[in-house]
Amino acid sequence: MEYKDYYAALGVERGASADDIKKAYRKLAHKYHPDISKDPNGEARFKEVQEAYATLKDPEKREAYDQLGRRPPGERFEPPPDWAQEFGGPGSFADVDLADLLAAFAERRGGRQTRRPQRGQDVEAMASVTLEQVNDGAEVDIRLNLPEYDAQGLLHHVPRTFRVRIPRGASDGQRLRLAGKGGPGNHGGPAGDLYVVMKVLPHPLYRVSGRDLYMDLPLTPSEAVLGGTVEVPTLRGWVALTVAPGTAAGRQLRLAKRGLPGAEGEHGDLYAVVRIDVPKSPTERERALYAELAQASTFNPRSHFPRKG
Amino acid sequence: MENSVLEAVWLNEGGSCSIVHLQEVSGLDRAELQVLIDSGALAPLAGEGGNPAFASTAMLVARTARRLRDDFALDANGLALAMQLLARVEFLERELERLRASAARPPSAR
Repeated sequence: MEYKDYYAALGVERGASADDIKKAYRKLAHKYHPDISKDPNGEARFKEVQEAYATLKDPEKREAYDQLGRRPPGERFEPPPDWAQEFGGPGSFADVDLADLLAAFAERRGGRQTRRPQRGQDVEAMASVTLEQVNDGAEVDIRLNLPEYDAQGLLHHVPRTFRVRIPRGASDGQRLRLAGKGGPGNHGGPAGDLYVVMKVLPHPLYRVSGRDLYMDLPLTPSEAVLGGTVEVPTLRGWVALTVAPGTAAGRQLRLAKRGLPGAEGEHGDLYAVVRIDVPKSPTERERALYAELAQASTFNPRSHFPRKG
Repeated sequence: MENSVLEAVWLNEGGSCSIVHLQEVSGLDRAELQVLIDSGALAPLAGEGGNPAFASTAMLVARTARRLRDDFALDANGLALAMQLLARVEFLERELERLRASAARPPSAR
């Protein structure tokens, strides 16, 4: 079992009062709560804070925790022999979380063995998928450690793999609910649910907005002025796109129904956003022709600026 | 190690659920759900009467509300306000995402 310093997680002294512990928790919860915080490490940090608070706010759990003494965070250790005896003997704690042990311990010692059925905890896992998988539909494996009670009523974290079908048209942030696949219930309560959050991985070419896709369409200055036909890759193959003469940078060319599919079979659109690129190192011939063009052209893109002076 | 192919339920605008189901899934009681409905954080499907139905995405709203209630010890009115503000943040984030997606990237960002 791994030691966790709950006082350090909340940033309080070991002798802190219950009120100080509550204040410290509230402050950190405001900062790291996953429904509020944009900190990429916020969720993990909040879990630490929440776990620490769940133990330290409960006098029995806190007392049991304090009995373990002070150790370096992350140190592997075995609980005291009398605890170990109660929960199946030494060596049975390798995959047990400290918070789960303290909860089970406090329940036994505190005489809180209410036989009220308790629903198991809901568990969330993330499934990363590519845009191609969203477009075509796919099956992905989700690996996670799920809690399971042993005969002594102690929670162990057991690795599980679920293969989940991602239907065509699933979208970023969408959740899949697997009823009864979360944490086990206690005293005859139902199991919690497993929620899988879908995360669409960034694509090198396309940017996603709902069902619509956006991509850059780089054009040469001459293509932008003269127009033409360019080949564009979409998620369902290449298409020829007509660029009208005089196409300005930033213009969006819409390819209808070439975006992502929806759950009902409808499709979003693909927008090709025009960007005009110039050669970084023009050849002598190109430079000469551009110079000739500059001399001959009457085009002034800054004609709307006020006159100087 | 278990390895099972599962047909699970996607929570989207297509499916629906009852208010009783929302209670079971979220752990909120009927009065708390009613405050969320009254504030607009939860919108029943049109045409439903005394036992309203909701899009299955309402389960996510209700679960978030329960988390916030428990983690910040919010009362029902504070919870409704927090949910309204979160919905506004979510709308603005979607709008920002759309604007970012629709803007061409400079060549250096490729």
